[in-house]
Amino acid sequence: MNPAMLSRTAFSAAGQALRPRRNPLLSSRFAALQKAFISSETRKAIDKAVGTAPVVLFMKGTPETPQCGFSRASIQILGLQGVNPQKFTAFNVLEDEELRQGIKEYSDWPTIPQLYVNNEFVGGTDIMMSMHQDGSLAKLLDEKDVLVEAEGSETSTPSP
Amino acid sequence: MASSQTPMEDIMRQKITQALSPTALEIFNDSHLHAHHKAMKDTTSQETHFRVFITSAAFSSKMQPARHRMVYTLLKDELAAQGGIHALQLRTRTPEEDEKAQAKEAV
Repeated sequence: MNPAMLSRTAFSAAGQALRPRRNPLLSSRFAALQKAFISSETRKAIDKAVGTAPVVLFMKGTPETPQCGFSRASIQILGLQGVNPQKFTAFNVLEDEELRQGIKEYSDWPTIPQLYVNNEFVGGTDIMMSMHQDGSLAKLLDEKDVLVEAEGSETSTPSP
Repeated sequence: MASSQTPMEDIMRQKITQALSPTALEIFNDSHLHAHHKAMKDTTSQETHFRVFITSAAFSSKMQPARHRMVYTLLKDELAAQGGIHALQLRTRTPEEDEKAQAKEAV
């Protein structure tokens, strides 16, 4: 599968530089994944999809028109958190059956949506929701520098 | 004995109880809220959408994704089956976390 076939949706940051990090699939805790059935091409395509932007959501539908309540809730949480659209990409799994099945094996996670931040799997809607509520999502997103700049910092003192 | 009206819930309860020895386990069937969904048009099952609250010491020292994976692994077949579990909301706490959360809610 050509990575370009993975359908990117709105919000995607065009030309967002790929910043390949340590490949989590090489870590031993993912060893079981290597037995999975998805082809290496699919895996490579998903590797690339996961690295498209600092914040990547695999969802049903698009951010504007989610096709599932859990995907909708996830988008709402990311919006409330103030994720920078420039640093965010959503993939609609309903447009690509290979992605829909592949991402489940890739992440070892049977449901959609799935959130990745800086190539690291974070979780599904329940985890996003509990992290949203206990403040750990805000902390994570802030640490990874993926939030929109606070308004105060943009209206800096004009230079003389 | 008449066959169960809630076969899926029974299986879930049995598997979770056996594997995780939960101190609390609540299973909510939310399927009726989703029966009109497009994804549900080919299924007749009344047990497709579940919300499950599990409190178990087996979750100790595990991050949330690891805890959810434990449950997903237990219910692998039910999640994969055609007309099986379509959506599964999980709340996974250790007994200590549950105590803290309940104290907080009581305030």
